Amino acid sequence: MVDGKMQVEHLSAFYGKSRAIEDISLGFPEKTVSAIIGPSGCGKSTLIRCLNRMHETLPRTRVEGRILLDGEDVLELDPIYVRRRVGMVFQRPNPFVTMSIYDNVSVSLRFNGHHSRQEMDAAVIRSLQQAALWDEVKDRVDAPAMSLSGGQQQRLCIARALAAEPEVLLMDEPCSALDPVATTKIESLVAELKNDYTVIIVTHNMQQAARVAELTAFLYLGKLVEVGLTEDMFERPKERLTEQYITGRFG
Amino acid sequence: MKFDRTARRKIWSLVVTVLTAACVVAILIPLGDIIYQAALLGGPVLSFSVLTSNLPQPCSVPVNGVPCQVGGIGPALEGTGLVVSLAALVSVPIGLAAAIFASEYRGRFLGSAISFTADVLTGVPSVIAGVFIYAYFVIYDPLIVFSVITGTLALSVIMIPIVTRTCEEALRTVPHSVREAALALGIPKWRTTLQIVVVAALPAILTGILLSVMRAAGEAAPLLFTLFGSRLGFQGFNNPMDALPLLIYNFAESPYQNWIHLAWAAALILIILVLVASVLSRLTIQRLVRRMRGE
Repeated sequence: MVDGKMQVEHLSAFYGKSRAIEDISLGFPEKTVSAIIGPSGCGKSTLIRCLNRMHETLPRTRVEGRILLDGEDVLELDPIYVRRRVGMVFQRPNPFVTMSIYDNVSVSLRFNGHHSRQEMDAAVIRSLQQAALWDEVKDRVDAPAMSLSGGQQQRLCIARALAAEPEVLLMDEPCSALDPVATTKIESLVAELKNDYTVIIVTHNMQQAARVAELTAFLYLGKLVEVGLTEDMFERPKERLTEQYITGRFG
Repeated sequence: MKFDRTARRKIWSLVVTVLTAACVVAILIPLGDIIYQAALLGGPVLSFSVLTSNLPQPCSVPVNGVPCQVGGIGPALEGTGLVVSLAALVSVPIGLAAAIFASEYRGRFLGSAISFTADVLTGVPSVIAGVFIYAYFVIYDPLIVFSVITGTLALSVIMIPIVTRTCEEALRTVPHSVREAALALGIPKWRTTLQIVVVAALPAILTGILLSVMRAAGEAAPLLFTLFGSRLGFQGFNNPMDALPLLIYNFAESPYQNWIHLAWAAALILIILVLVASVLSRLTIQRLVRRMRGE
C-alpha cells in the first residue's frame, strides 16, 4: 500500500508515557473509503486524530514518525493549514449549539478569511446537498442547529466539515451515537463522498466497514495487524487474530 | 403496628419533604426579616428626594419648632455607582482574561496557579483588601490614600477573584467537543476561544460578573480605609467619596434619629437595587440563552 493520498510511516502516538499506537505504517489511497477497525482501546481513534493533528490538542501527548499528505509531512506543517485540508467528523454530533444551521455550516468560511454572502450561500447549499441534508432543512436554514434530530445533527457536522473544502475527510465512529435509520443515511452518504474525497472512517462495527470501505485496516493493542482490500480481509484474512476478530471471538 | 414497605417509604418521603421545605423557610426567614426591618424603619423616610438630596444636619428632636431634616443619600448613591462601575471596568477584563487562561490552558502550571490564587483570594476577609490598598498607598502615594482611585482598587481586589472563579467555571461547562469541533475545522485557537467558547459560556459569564458587582456594591469594609466617605459628591478621582455601605455603617451607629432613619433607608435602597439588578439581569440572560437556542 504505497503512494496514497495520505501515508503514515512508523507512526507512534503517546499519552504521557503510555503508547497508544506503535510503529504503524499505512497508506490511504485517494478517493476511496478506508476503514480502520479493531476492538475498543486499540488506538484507532488516536490514529486518525494524528492525521489532522488533533491528537496534540490534548495535554501531554506526543507523536513520532511521519504522516505524509501529498508527500508533505503533516507534522511539519502549520496544524491550522492541515486541518483545513483534512476535515473531521466526531463520534457524537457536536454542532455549535449557539448557532443556526446556516451559521454552523458557514463557520469555517466566516472565521477563515473573507467571503461574500453569495459565496457563503453557495457553499452552504453545496455542503448541505453533499451531506444529504439540504432537502430536510432548505426552508429553515436559520433555525438553531439544536432543533435537528441526532442523525440530522451528524449530517450537519459532515456538511460543516465539507464546507471547508477539505481533501481528506476523517470520520471517527460517526454512527456510534445514531439509530439504524440515521446510520444507513450516513453510510450511503459516505459511499457518495468517495467520489470527491478521500474518506478514512473509524468504526467498531465490522459490518459497517464491509459495507462502506474498499480498504480495511485492523488494529489491535496499538499495532497494525492486517491491512488490505475489505473483501479479502473479511473472506480470506491472512492473520489468525483478524479472523478471530471478524468472526466475533473477541473484541 | 407493622407497616409494609410501601407505607414506610411513603412516610419517609413525607418526612424528608417536610424537612427540606422547612430548610427553604429557614433560609427565607432572614431575607424576609431584613427586608421587613429595612422597610419598617427606612420606608417612612423614603421618597424620590432621598435619592438625590445631600446628607442632613444631625438632629434628633425638633429645635425651635423646626422639624429634623430627612436629607438624602445622593452623594453615597453617586459614589457607589461610580466606584462599583470603575471597579467592574478594572476587574472584568482582568478576571475574564485570567479565567480564559486558567480554563483553556489547563494542566499548565500558571493555569492551576490562577485557579488556586483566585480561590484563596475569594476567602480573604474583605477588610484586608482595604488595608492592603491603604498600606500600599500610604507608602507610595500618601496624597491619594483616601480617594475614588483607592476605593476602586480595593473593590477590584474583591471582584477580580470572584470574576475569575465564576468565569472559569462558566468556560469549563462548555464541552470539550465544542473546542474540538472548531479546532478540527482549522479555526485558530484564539478564535475558537473568543468567538466560540466564550460566546457559548456568555450567559454564565454575565451571571458571574453580576454576582461580583452585587458583592462589591454591598461591601463597606474595603472602603473604610480607601474611599473613606464624604459629605460631598464627586470631587475628583483623587478625593474621597461616600458609598451606600459606608453611609449605613457610619450613620447607623450615630446618636442622631434622622441619621439612623437615613441609614435604614439606605439599606432598603441597597437591597432594592441589588434585587432589581439581579432580577433584570437574570431576565436578560434568560432571553439571551433562549435567543441563542432559538426558542
